[in-house]
Amino acid sequence: MEQAGFPLPSQIADVPGAENWRSMYRYFTRFQPDDDKRFWFYNSMHFPEPMPAFDTITGEVPYQAIGANTARLFVFPTTLGIEHRIVNGRVYITANPVLDPAEIERRAAEFGPRAGYYFENWDSLYEGWKDRLRALIAEIESIEVPSLPEWEAAEVVFGSVGVAQNHYLQENFHRVLALYSKMWHHHTEMLMLGYGAYVVFFQFCQQAFPEISDQTVGRMVAGIDVIMYRPDDELRGLAVLAVELGVDDLFTEGCVAADVLAALESRGSAGEQWLDALGKARDPWFHVSSGDGFYHHHLSWNDDLTVPFTALPGYVAAARGGGIRPRPTDRLIAERERIASGYRELLSTDDEKAAFDQMLGLCRLVFPFVEDHKFYCEHWFTTRFFQKVKAFGALLARSDVIDSADDVFHLHHTEVDEALADVSLAWAAGSPPLGGPHFRPIIAERKRMLKVLEDWSPPPALGPVPEALNDPAVRMLWGITSERIAAWLNPDPDEVVGVAASAGVVEGIARVLRDVSEISSLREGEILVVPVTAPSWAPVFAKIRAAVSDIGGSMSHAAIVAREYGMPAVVGCGDATKRIRTGDRVRVDGDRGTVRVLE
Amino acid sequence: MTDPGLGPGFAVTLAEARDAAVVGGKGASLGELTRAGVAVPPGFVVTVDAFAAAMAAVDPSGALRAEVEALPADDLDAIAAVTARVRALVADGPMPDSVASAVTYSYVNLGTGDRAQKLLILVNTDVAVRSSATVEDSADASFAGLQDTYLGVSGAPEVLEHVRRCWASLYNDESVAYRRRLRLPEAGVSMAVVVQTMVAPRAAGVMFTRSPVTGDRSVVAIEATWGLGSALVSGDVTPDAFIISKVTGEITTRRVSPKIKIHRYLSNGRGVTVSDTPTPLRDAASLTDDEIRALAAIGRQVEAHYGAAQDIEWAVLDGGAADSAATADRVVLLQSRPETVWSAREQAPAGAPRPRPADHVLALFGKPL
Repeated sequence: MEQAGFPLPSQIADVPGAENWRSMYRYFTRFQPDDDKRFWFYNSMHFPEPMPAFDTITGEVPYQAIGANTARLFVFPTTLGIEHRIVNGRVYITANPVLDPAEIERRAAEFGPRAGYYFENWDSLYEGWKDRLRALIAEIESIEVPSLPEWEAAEVVFGSVGVAQNHYLQENFHRVLALYSKMWHHHTEMLMLGYGAYVVFFQFCQQAFPEISDQTVGRMVAGIDVIMYRPDDELRGLAVLAVELGVDDLFTEGCVAADVLAALESRGSAGEQWLDALGKARDPWFHVSSGDGFYHHHLSWNDDLTVPFTALPGYVAAARGGGIRPRPTDRLIAERERIASGYRELLSTDDEKAAFDQMLGLCRLVFPFVEDHKFYCEHWFTTRFFQKVKAFGALLARSDVIDSADDVFHLHHTEVDEALADVSLAWAAGSPPLGGPHFRPIIAERKRMLKVLEDWSPPPALGPVPEALNDPAVRMLWGITSERIAAWLNPDPDEVVGVAASAGVVEGIARVLRDVSEISSLREGEILVVPVTAPSWAPVFAKIRAAVSDIGGSMSHAAIVAREYGMPAVVGCGDATKRIRTGDRVRVDGDRGTVRVLE
Repeated sequence: MTDPGLGPGFAVTLAEARDAAVVGGKGASLGELTRAGVAVPPGFVVTVDAFAAAMAAVDPSGALRAEVEALPADDLDAIAAVTARVRALVADGPMPDSVASAVTYSYVNLGTGDRAQKLLILVNTDVAVRSSATVEDSADASFAGLQDTYLGVSGAPEVLEHVRRCWASLYNDESVAYRRRLRLPEAGVSMAVVVQTMVAPRAAGVMFTRSPVTGDRSVVAIEATWGLGSALVSGDVTPDAFIISKVTGEITTRRVSPKIKIHRYLSNGRGVTVSDTPTPLRDAASLTDDEIRALAAIGRQVEAHYGAAQDIEWAVLDGGAADSAATADRVVLLQSRPETVWSAREQAPAGAPRPRPADHVLALFGKPL
């Protein structure tokens, strides 16, 4: 049934001053006339900001991998893939359902054995999966950006290699892209099935206990020893070590990473020991992204030491007072078991209890993968991927095609490919590349447009509202429910609505941080409002009273960390960073999933 | 008709109140709560035997009741005329000393005040006097006019008078017309009366040990308002609503409403007043988190005692002490009944085991969404 409310895709006007936004994006991301007939929602969870041209690869590649997995690999009976469109720099998506019962049945016959195979061999398949991911990470790290020497090394001739460096400009760039695509295929390899296990258990719990919150179901499932806690644990360990070695005086509020590292060099063996421990922690645990890997500026701790070095003074102070204790793993496990058995006891029949045991067991089987894959994929691999692309950007900057390495992210990967062809031809011909005058104005215009597009408030959804939106996977991944859509249609101007991720109600002063680089402005006791929180932000949770984010669901990292710290969190608000200003007094209601601006 | 004579049979303490046929449903329920260790306001029950003795005194031959039984159900004028006479007799006619002294004795033994002073009517305990039906079906009870409640009754003569008013209510026009329509024998008409110390609660309300909205057994749902719970029952206020998980103890819903009116009980015979809620209280939560938790814990205790979900009326007394042990001591239950709506409903099981755990996922995605 069609309802008034959301605009149609064709009704979205260009943002004044950024009318030329289409020039940033490929033709296959444009809304088509027929798209007006379908319901689209703004994927604010993954894409809370306008997309730089290169970063559209984080839509293009994941969606070809996810769709391939559900539609072609496992043949999910009721769903094909996800389509995405870009308008005014924002990514909208829709799922392609399978509605014909005969077709569903035909697909189910294929799906059963394929999915069953993965569930039955989950743990061993996951072991193999980790090896494949580590191999992909090693491979992308090994890819070299050609240096384009004045002339080739002699071995190229005497070894009859016969291929000059400029060839590898494009080959290696293509390999970087290809590895990124492969990573995403592996990313979805087990993930959709893992989510399936969650969805089944969530649905069961909601049927048996209609009032149960997603977060409580999450607490029954949650793994205790998942690697997402490792980066933060490493940091705590480094803080304790700093105190033990007597170099803790260097970690003061506002300290700068480079200065501390330089000072440690002059502190003899104590400094050396600490730097050694830091080095060990950095690989791989500092490969944690400050975001969730969908934008090139989501840097890892290794790329930008600001986050860990902002957190360290607080941890060091705590360590001095003996306040750093290992995570109370036993207590957390006992708590998880207590909650699970508490609900189990409330079920009325043995049949229900048996079903509960099966579903919970399945969730716990898939949980390590579902949680840990993010570290391998979105964090470790993806931060390496963007750094590698940036290295190609540095080469383009050296070749005078663009101004700085980061400018490469304002070109689509096909345009980067063009620029590399230009550089390759120029190097071979002994002439300057022609790209400078071509790309520089394009990049300047795109930077300007992105700034303009930042202020656009994208409608949460487009097109006719479907009669019932009960797709469990959509609910699980994006938190889009019929209630949510109703709230979108009737917004309260002073209330930001999101997912209730961690219980409790607090009031306090908001600190809006758009980027991890602003982290040092955060004051003790403030309420953190950010586009995205990720494991790398975990140390910040020691300082804040509540967390609010534009993106994330009840099983997102932020939600889990907030619950562990026992502070309220509301995630997936969509536009909290736009509607809340630093200094606003806000009330965060982690029970209802709302943030109210009080003054 | 034999004279039951003097003795404890005419009035029993709540701890002794067991048999609903003797102490009525409300009396038996309060008795069971008391014996289960749940705090209820101290009180006693005037038994059906006291009623029988009182009726024997005003209608020794049973002729009066035969006259009532002979009334045609549709002759409302005749019913009105006869029942007015019966009510006057029950309320004001001769009363056996044995009944009067049993009620007086129980009354002066209530509470902690000095018994001699109370006997001299120097210090009185304020009590609530309520009819306690011996019929289980609440629909019958409401038709039969058995819902009488008198708050703030003070002094033995007053208590006696209100016990008799409760009895007389059995002979109001509607009750008699109802019995005549159903042709119920007048000899079977009986009633107990509960007399309980008045409480002047800071907040009061109702509590369900499963969600009244969804039937969820994992939560306790509480509705609360300032002062007496009558403000909530009468619909004078939209109560605050709280939902607390039995498993995690988390308060998952906290809906604080503007509570426009407050019903307060004023001691020394000043009764119940209805007034505008003072501004600072209006929009403030009527329960603290500690109180919510203490209530939920008591709710679960009662539910476990009965082995069934309960619908509970409660009050939180003024205390001041902030620690939760003291909080639990300030909670009293006024009533607990089995929850009937959801318990009567056949609920589809949430799921059944399958040959392999993964079959649950295969089944989910095999279904059109």
